[in-house]
Amino acid sequence: MINDKIKKVLLLGSGALKIGEAGEFDYSGSQALKALKEEGINSVLINPNIATVQTSEGVADRVYFLPVTPFFVEKVIAKERPDGILLSFGGQTALNCGVALYQSGVLEKYNVQVLGTPVQAIMDTEDRELFVEKLDEINVNTIKSHACNTLDEAKKAAADLGYPIIIRAAYALGGLGSGFCDNEEELEVIGNKALSFSPQILVEKSLKGWKEVEYEVVRDKYDNCITVCNMENFDPLGIHTGESIVVAPSQTLSNRDYHKLRELSIKIIRHIGIVGECNVQYAFDPNSEDYRVIEVNARLSRSSALASKATGYPLAFVAAKLGLGYGLFELKNSVTKTTSAFFEPALDYIVCKIPRWDLGKFQGVDRELGSSMKSVGEVMAIGRTFEEAIQKGLRMIGQGMHGFLENKILKVADIDKALREPTDKRIFVISKAMKAGYTVDQIHNLTKIDKWFLYKLQGIVDTDNELQQYSNVEDVPAQLLLEAKQKGFSDFQIGRALLKDEMKDVAETEILRVRAQRKKLGILPVVKQIDTLAGEFPAQTNYLYLTYNGVANDIDFPEPKADDIHTQAVIVLGSGAYRIGSSVEFDWCSVNALTTARKQGYRSVMINYNPETVSTDYDMCDRLYFDELTFERVMDIIDLERPHGVILSVGGQIPNNLAMRLDEQHVPILGTQAQYIDNAEDRQKFSSMCDRIGVVQPAWKELTNMDDVNDFIKQVGFPVLVRPSYVLSGAAMNVCSNQDELVRFLQMAANVSQKHPVVISRFIEGAKEIEMDAVADKGEIVAYAISEHVEYAGVHSGDATIQFPPQKLYYETMRRIKKVAKKIAAELHISGPFNIQFMARENDIMVIECNLRASRSFPFVSKVLKLNLIELASKIMLGVPYERPTKTEFDLDYVGIKASQFSFSRLQKADPVLGVDMSSTGEVGCLGDDVSCAILKAMLSVGLRIPSKDKGILISSGNAKQKTQLLSPCKLLAENGYKLFATGGSYRYLVENNIPCEHVYWPSEEMEPQALDLVRNKQVDLVINIPKNLTSGELSNGYKIRRAAIDFNVPLLTNDRLATAFINAFCSMDINDIAIKAWDEYK
Amino acid sequence: MQNEKAVSLILDDGHVFHGFSFGFEKPVNGEVVFNTAMMGYPESLTDPSYSGQILVMTFPLVGNYGVPAASHDANGLSSFYESEKIHARAIVVSDYSKQFCHWNGQKSLADWLKGEQIVGIEGIDTRELTKVLREKGSMKGKIVFDGGEDIEFEDPNLVNQVAIVSTHEIRKYGNGSKKVCLVDMGVKQNIIRCLLRYDVEITLVPWNYDFNHMDTEFDGLFISNGPGDPNLCGITVEHVKEFMKTGKPIYGICMGNQILSLAAGAKVIKLKYGHRGHNQPVRRYENGQPTPQCFITSQNHGFAVDNDTIPADWEPLFINMNDGSNEGIRHKSMPWFSAQFHPEASSGPTDTEFIFEQFFSLL
Repeated sequence: MINDKIKKVLLLGSGALKIGEAGEFDYSGSQALKALKEEGINSVLINPNIATVQTSEGVADRVYFLPVTPFFVEKVIAKERPDGILLSFGGQTALNCGVALYQSGVLEKYNVQVLGTPVQAIMDTEDRELFVEKLDEINVNTIKSHACNTLDEAKKAAADLGYPIIIRAAYALGGLGSGFCDNEEELEVIGNKALSFSPQILVEKSLKGWKEVEYEVVRDKYDNCITVCNMENFDPLGIHTGESIVVAPSQTLSNRDYHKLRELSIKIIRHIGIVGECNVQYAFDPNSEDYRVIEVNARLSRSSALASKATGYPLAFVAAKLGLGYGLFELKNSVTKTTSAFFEPALDYIVCKIPRWDLGKFQGVDRELGSSMKSVGEVMAIGRTFEEAIQKGLRMIGQGMHGFLENKILKVADIDKALREPTDKRIFVISKAMKAGYTVDQIHNLTKIDKWFLYKLQGIVDTDNELQQYSNVEDVPAQLLLEAKQKGFSDFQIGRALLKDEMKDVAETEILRVRAQRKKLGILPVVKQIDTLAGEFPAQTNYLYLTYNGVANDIDFPEPKADDIHTQAVIVLGSGAYRIGSSVEFDWCSVNALTTARKQGYRSVMINYNPETVSTDYDMCDRLYFDELTFERVMDIIDLERPHGVILSVGGQIPNNLAMRLDEQHVPILGTQAQYIDNAEDRQKFSSMCDRIGVVQPAWKELTNMDDVNDFIKQVGFPVLVRPSYVLSGAAMNVCSNQDELVRFLQMAANVSQKHPVVISRFIEGAKEIEMDAVADKGEIVAYAISEHVEYAGVHSGDATIQFPPQKLYYETMRRIKKVAKKIAAELHISGPFNIQFMARENDIMVIECNLRASRSFPFVSKVLKLNLIELASKIMLGVPYERPTKTEFDLDYVGIKASQFSFSRLQKADPVLGVDMSSTGEVGCLGDDVSCAILKAMLSVGLRIPSKDKGILISSGNAKQKTQLLSPCKLLAENGYKLFATGGSYRYLVENNIPCEHVYWPSEEMEPQALDLVRNKQVDLVINIPKNLTSGELSNGYKIRRAAIDFNVPLLTNDRLATAFINAFCSMDINDIAIKAWDEYK
Repeated sequence: MQNEKAVSLILDDGHVFHGFSFGFEKPVNGEVVFNTAMMGYPESLTDPSYSGQILVMTFPLVGNYGVPAASHDANGLSSFYESEKIHARAIVVSDYSKQFCHWNGQKSLADWLKGEQIVGIEGIDTRELTKVLREKGSMKGKIVFDGGEDIEFEDPNLVNQVAIVSTHEIRKYGNGSKKVCLVDMGVKQNIIRCLLRYDVEITLVPWNYDFNHMDTEFDGLFISNGPGDPNLCGITVEHVKEFMKTGKPIYGICMGNQILSLAAGAKVIKLKYGHRGHNQPVRRYENGQPTPQCFITSQNHGFAVDNDTIPADWEPLFINMNDGSNEGIRHKSMPWFSAQFHPEASSGPTDTEFIFEQFFSLL
């Protein structure tokens, strides 16, 4: 029975995507808001993450793009006076904020009821000591843990427990600041760092090598409990669960094991008093039934999002309903629509989650995996064998891998070491080791991975070896070919196995030859439904995957009728794993394209495999294929669906890259046609087009050898931008300032430039960067949004702070941009979304690149402008009537700022410096009546704080130009009573300009006071450290200070322009002056 | 490459599924039923309730953790099995795991099947097979080896399966103060294990044994699970009716529920495809009204009590939340009650083990 006093509910989001808190909370929050809507409850959402689906029109009744911090949430509560608040749908950010509001009495003051799990229960799970006590009460084993407030206490505790031990920081996101220590020296390093994040650290006995198993548990207020899903980590304890390959359901647990842990989970959830959902993590002894509870998350989590997608059970939706007072028996299973929500899903498939890392993007980062999370995204693969699921998954992570085998040769200096000390590449090290003759036992001894998983992997190797005995696919026995497919081999892998090492890349014709041969033999995948009940009851939803382990499709594929669009499919290709450069924004785009197609009456079909997304919610479309976005799999689905058309332009670069190959197979592509996409993607073609139509680009050349490179640089001079073609987010892209750097970088990039040669272009310093997001219809621009980077060119557009509408652009510049865009749109016959990046100095504009697809900033500009550019673009691509928008950015009386979220604190040793290669993991978008207000909101939303006047600000202001840039902000700081500390050059410059400051020394200088000590002792509350240039000397010089700022959790700014904007903002207004205005109040 | 013998699973309605043998090699027939549990194959295979049946596992990966040793505990009960042998006639899976890994695994599923002369086949689209059974109902089927001997279909429900699996002799377990008579309709050993947690002495009697006239005076009667059609067990029903005259506690599990219901005067009907799995939701009823108490249960039955035939002095105790079928009854005034599901689990969830305590507290 629902509590009818609750009329208005506040939901806290999780803010920008960061490592440890990503898209899963957009999914959870969206589900909760859907549940509120269904009950007719007024919903208010606080989330500065503007690219999310949950902050879209029609999801919540009111949206505040504000930081999820007690300060701002209290203000919103005071204004909105909600009856209830939901804390468990916005990750640790929302939970921590909620606990703080409860403890400070704000919730009580405004009479806001916490819905679902009581705050006391949350605190019981978050504080380790309380947690252990609580579980001791019911005789449940936990990991013996000593809470320590100082390093000395930690050392004593470690000595008592005996090494190895693990350190954890209390109240930390996804294991932040935790680590294993084998001895006291290691404890000193890790302990100090953990203490910088949290006043308390926990020292525990390490259980490395135990199995790690999780249960997702649900409880209603009537004490009815279910475990919706259990999951087992492929990687044993020691690697954070977010870093582990995970399977669901568990595979190596017997009935006794499974139900022992299940029973404990229910005992725990009852004792703690959760109402809603929680997650229980266990360490489980591989040699007995001994166990320890690792932790309980009293909220929706990454695992619960995964469990929802793995089982089809909408945990967040159900948890929200339970929070409102329903019993599980009052809710229906949302897949069958007839059976009860009180049940435990039975799977008849296996899912495999694989993390996606982007460690290659970070200078100096520690690649070893451990107890803290570094991955930026994940994929989920579904199959009816483990081999099928894991091979699919390894292709899905999208790092050029084709599965477990038949990949580019991985160079491993010491296989034993690489097996023992896991990195992001370990699964491929296993593959290499098996090929090199390592036995399952040997690998098990080095990795402690359960032998069952290794046997299965060995089976893949065995099949590969069998395939390699043939040279022509026509000679391969049908049974072997079928078995290979059943074990998840792609046509590409089979082709390469047949051709052996003779060819580095299997020619397209060979792949098609494999495809043709297996089709001839009738070896085709079948479509199976995920129905939560293993076929026991019919399912009403179309949540689908493909498998070769089956003989029949679960659904029908009737012939589409030309006169009935309800029989015609529109397929939208999604964006795959979240990674640096492609995340929730493309999910928003995909969802909007699907919704538009659906509203027009088409059968909307989604292909995507990212469990953290809303687009993979089976309610969002008519058919969801939770499967690969490879050419092979997309063609399999197209063969079955025979679609009216395929939309490639809303899922980022992955779908875009398929354009030419799909076109060759005569697949109907909606929107801009493949040849034009290619004309934009291929630099050579694009450049000659620009020349032809009189559009200027920075001088560039595609080069394959060093002599040509040197000749070209003689013409244009340093600095130059070096990059390979066909990239997103600038993988392996770099600015080189001198010969030395150039040579070093080219050697590193040579490996990736075989197929697509290196492109070198002139790099213009001090230029403005401008973006145009637009929609065109048959070559004519229908709507556009021009936005301006705060930073000068040289900061990747994904890392840059963007203001929209532009605040400091000449009218003339805007006019020229429009003119150029018009020409390009016409020349490329654009129909649909596109984005052009410009560089401008004075009024000279140059085109940097053009993408004939939606860009990262589409949701941001759409929401600021309140004009859904994707809906418009989708209508154009579908060829249906649309209204030509009349509103433009010139009509806006407010400003939007998009700021980037970095996750350097999780990436140990990485240099937190921004460059042409993207390194942010997420973003926020905030609105304000003026730039200062918007910037302040945005910067506070990405974790900066207004520096306290009791502490100082440390300044290292870079080269001469940058020093000049920072002069007036420094003056402003001094005038506002901030104490400034500066290193050598900056100190002299400031003193010369009569700005009071104190001299501190670089780590390389043997003088006191040391800049590093200021940071470590938290005497400063902001570090501004602008690298002079990107030479290795400069980088190592400032690196220590920048890294210390990150490690000791002191806000850091490394860009002079952004620092200026931020300083101006907080010096010109007080935090209390920030207007608490909802999105709809900006008119 | 696959080098096992090719086999065909042929259903009574003409459907044929092709796969490979991994167990004992002989043609076999039976009633084809599916189970949606994701683990617990050693327990299921040794559950006497599967007597006469070809068991289809909907979860595709089977055999992962091998099979535990056939050891026994101090009471002479099997340590890890539900009876002394495999009762299912065959097991049908999608992806058999040739290698296994578990500290308690002593042999592979394949070796166990071969030793027990039980058929095991893999490479079957068990989801498609399940959907056929769901649409058409559990049906007769047979597994034949390609190029080998063919056999006839057989309906095991026409045969009294209980008589096949029930004990032939009276056995005693425990030496507690309360005397419990346990009627073996095909008892799972975990029922005995669960009862032995209390201060009881159990007398296990054959299904057709008249326990009303024994030397021991029982404090309560417990009717076990068992295979097949309860309507073939009229004699047991008569014995239970007579025991009712004592007014002492009676409890029935699974077929025990059906026997008790028949004794009460209700009817038992065959379900289209039964309930077999670990995720069956049941809701507790009181005075004909649903309570907020719900349980996830382990189930394995093809027959059910017809709710509409429950006599006036009895009432449903549990109802299946998916299809509304009966999951247990109780007498409105006497200490007689039952569960269609398996509170002893094994395999499956242990949420309803409290029922044993309830029974004991009534003794």
